[in-house]
Amino acid sequence: MTIHIEASNGVCRVRVTGEMTIYHAAEIKQELLPCFDLCEELEINLSEVSEMDTAGFQLLLLVKRVASREGKPLRLVEHSQATLEVLDLLNMVSYFGDPVMMPRTMH
Amino acid sequence: MELDQALQTFIMESRELLEAMEESLLGLETFPDDRDAINAIFRAAHTIKGSGGMFGLDGIVSFTHVVENVLDRVRNGDVDVTGDLIALLLSCRDYIGLLVELIAVDSHAQPDSETESVGKVLLEQLKSYQKVNKLQPLARTTEKSQSRTSVLPHSSTVQSDNWHISLRFGLDVLRNGMDPMAFIRYLDNMGKIVHIVTLPDAMPLSLEMDAESCYLGFEIDFQGDGVDKEAIESVFEFVQEDCSIRILPPHSHIEEYTQLINDLPEDNIYLGELLVKCGSLTKKELEEALSVQETLRQEFSVEDAPKLGHILVEQGVIQPELVDAALGKQKVAKEHKAQESKLIRVQADKLDQLINLVGEMVIAGAATSLLALRTDDAALHESTSTLSRLVEEIRDSALQLRMVQIGETFSRFNRVVRDVSREIGKDIGLDVRGAETELDKSVVEKIGDPLTHLVRNSMDHGIEKAEIRLQRGKPAKGTVFLNAYHESGSIVVEVGDDGGGLNRSRILAKALEKGLVTANQVLTDKEVFGLIFEAGFSTAEAVTNLSGRGVGMDVVKRNIEALRGTVEIDSKEGVGTTVKIRLPLTLAIIEGFLMKVGSASYVVPLDLVMECIELNESERREMRGSNYINLRGAVLPFIRLRDQFRIRDKASRIENIVVVQYAGQRAGLVVDELVGEFQTVIKPLGKLFGNLKGISGSTILGSGEVALILDVPALVHRAIGMESQIVN
Repeated sequence: MTIHIEASNGVCRVRVTGEMTIYHAAEIKQELLPCFDLCEELEINLSEVSEMDTAGFQLLLLVKRVASREGKPLRLVEHSQATLEVLDLLNMVSYFGDPVMMPRTMH
Repeated sequence: MELDQALQTFIMESRELLEAMEESLLGLETFPDDRDAINAIFRAAHTIKGSGGMFGLDGIVSFTHVVENVLDRVRNGDVDVTGDLIALLLSCRDYIGLLVELIAVDSHAQPDSETESVGKVLLEQLKSYQKVNKLQPLARTTEKSQSRTSVLPHSSTVQSDNWHISLRFGLDVLRNGMDPMAFIRYLDNMGKIVHIVTLPDAMPLSLEMDAESCYLGFEIDFQGDGVDKEAIESVFEFVQEDCSIRILPPHSHIEEYTQLINDLPEDNIYLGELLVKCGSLTKKELEEALSVQETLRQEFSVEDAPKLGHILVEQGVIQPELVDAALGKQKVAKEHKAQESKLIRVQADKLDQLINLVGEMVIAGAATSLLALRTDDAALHESTSTLSRLVEEIRDSALQLRMVQIGETFSRFNRVVRDVSREIGKDIGLDVRGAETELDKSVVEKIGDPLTHLVRNSMDHGIEKAEIRLQRGKPAKGTVFLNAYHESGSIVVEVGDDGGGLNRSRILAKALEKGLVTANQVLTDKEVFGLIFEAGFSTAEAVTNLSGRGVGMDVVKRNIEALRGTVEIDSKEGVGTTVKIRLPLTLAIIEGFLMKVGSASYVVPLDLVMECIELNESERREMRGSNYINLRGAVLPFIRLRDQFRIRDKASRIENIVVVQYAGQRAGLVVDELVGEFQTVIKPLGKLFGNLKGISGSTILGSGEVALILDVPALVHRAIGMESQIVN
């Protein structure tokens, strides 16, 4: 798992590559939360997330909730297949409210 | 004076009780339903509070009182035993221990503000277990809710054709290696999840959120043709310890939904709306449910609710193997108690005095034997030999008094390993071997810190992350092991792990960079690994760049050397690392081997002597100028004590080699005369001679002469060093 954070013009662009699972959850959390202090907007690119378990999903929830508390916009973009599958299973696509491309095979 | 002594007893008792409390708490982690352990913990807190009150130790009493209250609720089944509760209780135990130790130093001591604030935080955390749990659900209350509804007037059932499943996962479910999502996925395969609502509300925002805890709950509307309740339950079978599950069949009574709403931790109105959203209830049904709830509240007083819950747990399903485990525990506890009553508490200094006296007696006995030998009185000879045999026995049993099993020290590490593995988020177990190995109490006391350091190091840097372990074909759960055994007059304590091992080339590169070795030096693996004990290695950089290790290892080495011990390290990359600590068995009296060079006498510990070889004239000529002989085909380096200690006496006509062994290495000591076994009472040399190399102490012979005790490890090292220098 690697996490890449880029901040410019008050927007943090985060790209998580690899597994978003319990094994890295603490690490990812530690990287993500400080982003709110750095910027006004957060965008997380999920295109390279190869695997997501409950711990990884919880992190998205955490970020979403912190974002709404702080009143800062959060965008999840380019969901990978693994991410979409989780959001769909738990019926959380609308909760996050980001536009997603749902592949035909999943429905 | 009287009171002071009583207070001492209180402190000692408290320490024991706290230790028992810790043991039981750790046991609860494995068997959360162990009634005996819960009772033992309660009793410990209760006793400490009670006796603390006798001495007017208000700080201890008031804090322990709160802990006791929570424990009482646990005992009555009002509060569930969870990982969090155990962790909190362990912290409370530590805090009480801290207060007791403060009293031990000064009976009027008041905790400083920092300590007090720790106590306050703990009390705050305990509060949540004092009240909130009234609303907290207990697992498997479904049956109860059914029995309760039967009392109520018959009312309508809900329209929904679907099952309703409520899940609230426990905090530890992820850490226990289970993924809630996997269960939901499985459920989806079994039938169809019509609707699912994910509840994120239990998750704390910001830093307190532990990324490895699970905070989620789910409300599921589930459609399954031909699926019965048992089948649904079986989906969650593996997780039932860590999850509160409620299953309502299709067309359940509205009261059952009412009960469900009541039992769940979230706000009632909010829950109701969730159920509607889920499709399990219609709006109208919800209104009905909430009104039934009102009636219920009037019929059953609020205090009634949690009690019903706990009766259930008592009658509830407890697996037979848990009962067996509890019985096993009980037996162990009983044996422990029986052993306790056989012990007498003795002041350590009284014991030290006894050992000193025995030491003097050994010397005086040797003098008497010597005098007796000069006479021809056979009866006297016999009497002194009986006497010296008895003295030997007394010496042995006196020393035995100071010997304690290392197991007690080892068992403390259960807690260390548990705490550290949580801290760093790795699943690591502790494997203890050789716990019955005995060593001197004074050594045991001093070895705790170095061991803690090594164990932490192993866990932190040695053991890899779970996925790397799996890649390498090792079980995901790492193991740290502690082992102890006796080996030729020393005790060996091993701290090891099945982790990644040390990276030889990186250490070497680092050592070159630090200037600890030169590029053309040829080093064995052991020598390379030994470099991490050098002071220069303890830099932060070493932790990240190397495979870890080396943080404060020089301190460990110094501590061990202060005990006249040595430390070495074995490692295989990818397989694991073992640190071996070798310590002298005792610090007071040893069985020695006496020998002479000229008129000077020397003693080596008998356990280290392998054999003695007489050198004849031709051999002596042969080995002149060299520092080794051929001993049955193997090279044996040796040291001439005559040269080593610059003895100017005339060289004797015969010479002998005493072959000694230490840490698997052999060397010879060339002496004039072999005298034989000798009871050696070790007398320290005093500060003036503190830096003397090759001598570790002195002793007094029966004739009153002084003999020096040789420091065999240093001499062996020197002999081998000299030899390899010449070879190079």
